[in-house]
Amino acid sequence: MQKNKGNPAMTATLVEKIIARAAGKARVTPGEIVTCKVDLAMILDSGGPRKIWPRLKELGVGVWDPEKIIVVSDHFVPAVDAETAAILKLARDFVREYKIKHFYDMKGICHIVLTENGHLEPGMFACGGDSHSTMGGAYGCYMAGFGGIEMTGVCITGEIWTRVPETIRVDWSGAFNTAVVAKDVMLFLCRQLGMDNAFTAIEYGGDTIAAMSMSERAVLCNMAAELGGETGVIAPDAKTLAAIRAGGTEPKPDALSWRSDDGARFAARHNFNAAELQPQVAAPHAPSNSGGVDDYKGVKIDQAYIGACVGAKLSDLQMAASVLTGRKVASHVRLLVAPASQKIYAEAAADGTLNILTDAGAIMLASGCGACAALGAGVLSEGETCISTTNRNFKGRMGSNQASVYLGSPYTVAAAAAAGAIADPREFLQ
Amino acid sequence: MTATTGKAWCFGDEINTDLLAPGLYMKSSNEVMASHCLESVAPDFAKMVQDGDVIVGGHNFGIGSAREQAALSLRILKVGAVLAESFARTFYRNALNFGVPCLFFPEYKEINQNDRLKVDSVSGTVENLTSGKQYRVSPIPAHLMEMIVDGGLMPHLKKKFAKAG
Ligand code: SF4
Repeated sequence: MQKNKGNPAMTATLVEKIIARAAGKARVTPGEIVTCKVDLAMILDSGGPRKIWPRLKELGVGVWDPEKIIVVSDHFVPAVDAETAAILKLARDFVREYKIKHFYDMKGICHIVLTENGHLEPGMFACGGDSHSTMGGAYGCYMAGFGGIEMTGVCITGEIWTRVPETIRVDWSGAFNTAVVAKDVMLFLCRQLGMDNAFTAIEYGGDTIAAMSMSERAVLCNMAAELGGETGVIAPDAKTLAAIRAGGTEPKPDALSWRSDDGARFAARHNFNAAELQPQVAAPHAPSNSGGVDDYKGVKIDQAYIGACVGAKLSDLQMAASVLTGRKVASHVRLLVAPASQKIYAEAAADGTLNILTDAGAIMLASGCGACAALGAGVLSEGETCISTTNRNFKGRMGSNQASVYLGSPYTVAAAAAAGAIADPREFLQ
Repeated sequence: MTATTGKAWCFGDEINTDLLAPGLYMKSSNEVMASHCLESVAPDFAKMVQDGDVIVGGHNFGIGSAREQAALSLRILKVGAVLAESFARTFYRNALNFGVPCLFFPEYKEINQNDRLKVDSVSGTVENLTSGKQYRVSPIPAHLMEMIVDGGLMPHLKKKFAKAG
């Protein structure tokens, strides 16, 4: 990598390197269209087997590689009616029929389950049948989301075409204030960078990111989807390798070499100071409709939701618990908590986090997508207001399109649950 | 056929999926949906567009929902290509996967309604036969163009496996 110094024409960003490798080329240029070999394909109960299986039958073909296709049931779990039960049964039958090696049935939300089980590694080119597949980029791989037809193509051929994205580099330096976390960064960035950064990858860096835990970094890559990017990515470091090992996989010897070259060309560079960031809240009906928590203080809520891939990891539940220790959820509010995976559920039970939450009055829900996309328990009625740790608040996303959804960090959501209205979490942590 | 020659239909910035595939017709057949394509900005478009005509848009063409009918309607109407300053990701992917070539074309403002255009997606050239001006665009590689010419991903796979089997 040193040898590229001083010759920008020979440098490449992390994303360009991964795509070039997957496309079998020495280098690629943003804007170029290439076909990539896929290292891992993740499909889900929602848009996976039930869309793909009929097409496989129509074409009279099987799947490309049952070891590289990972099936997760998470969107419709647990079944709430005969229809969702049939969708889940179909996914199970599909797994049996095509001898899929890795099937995570009701183990948790797909993006979380992938990392818990060591499936993602730096330099991989991965595809997921869900828009927040960008979350995988926290592990130094290229992972993007695709629709049902395209995932059918991937499952048959093991290939997909892509237009090489430009990379926008976003650096953060300094330390966060109390109660400021990765979620606040993303609500801020949605406002700052806008939500239409199509054909770009967002690469995060800087000392603030280096100091973040893997589960906080994952939030940045998850919500690269809200920025409209192809994906989000963070170059691997010792923390990345430790997380991969914790998932039971020994990282490849070249893992740390997957990073942007010094002097690599970025479409834009942004530098932000972490110390200046306040807790953020996004108001209905877009993540970019955000501002400091003070702007929304006092908005009365009916429901607080701590859930989703982005907002119900162990660290998220712990953040909520730190606010709710010795407190009660306001009497007119229901606090619903859906840990992002079974493993997280067990860990939160073991370390006492769940006790704190349920003592405060939280209602525990199953690990799955649930209310995040109005697929399971916890949806909203017309005229109701919810504050949520999820990633999107588009009209109708969590139920009635006459409901109002605010987004915040687990700290902010827990503070609102206790206060009964949107409140500054810093006042609860002193 | 990697080249198309036809009339330019100019639409400007932010042509969204509701204009391309009006929500009102989401429950209708794809053909009925296509007959209403872009009607709120160009009432005659679906009636008058001819095979191989070229749509010219500005910023963020296809912004909005992931509904595939937005791209499918252009296929049904046999639009030869879409030129735009920029595209929304999902629309762009859907369009190519339904066999409608999309090319990034920063000079879109130099094209006038009804100009005759010749667009070659593989060589990456746009020729304005009316003004005589030529442009270079980022091409679509030949192997991907095969899929586009076949009518998109599913017909392409069908053809491929029919041959193999
Ligand atoms: S929790 Fe929400 S954002 Fe995450 S995968 Fe499920 S539906 Fe998507």
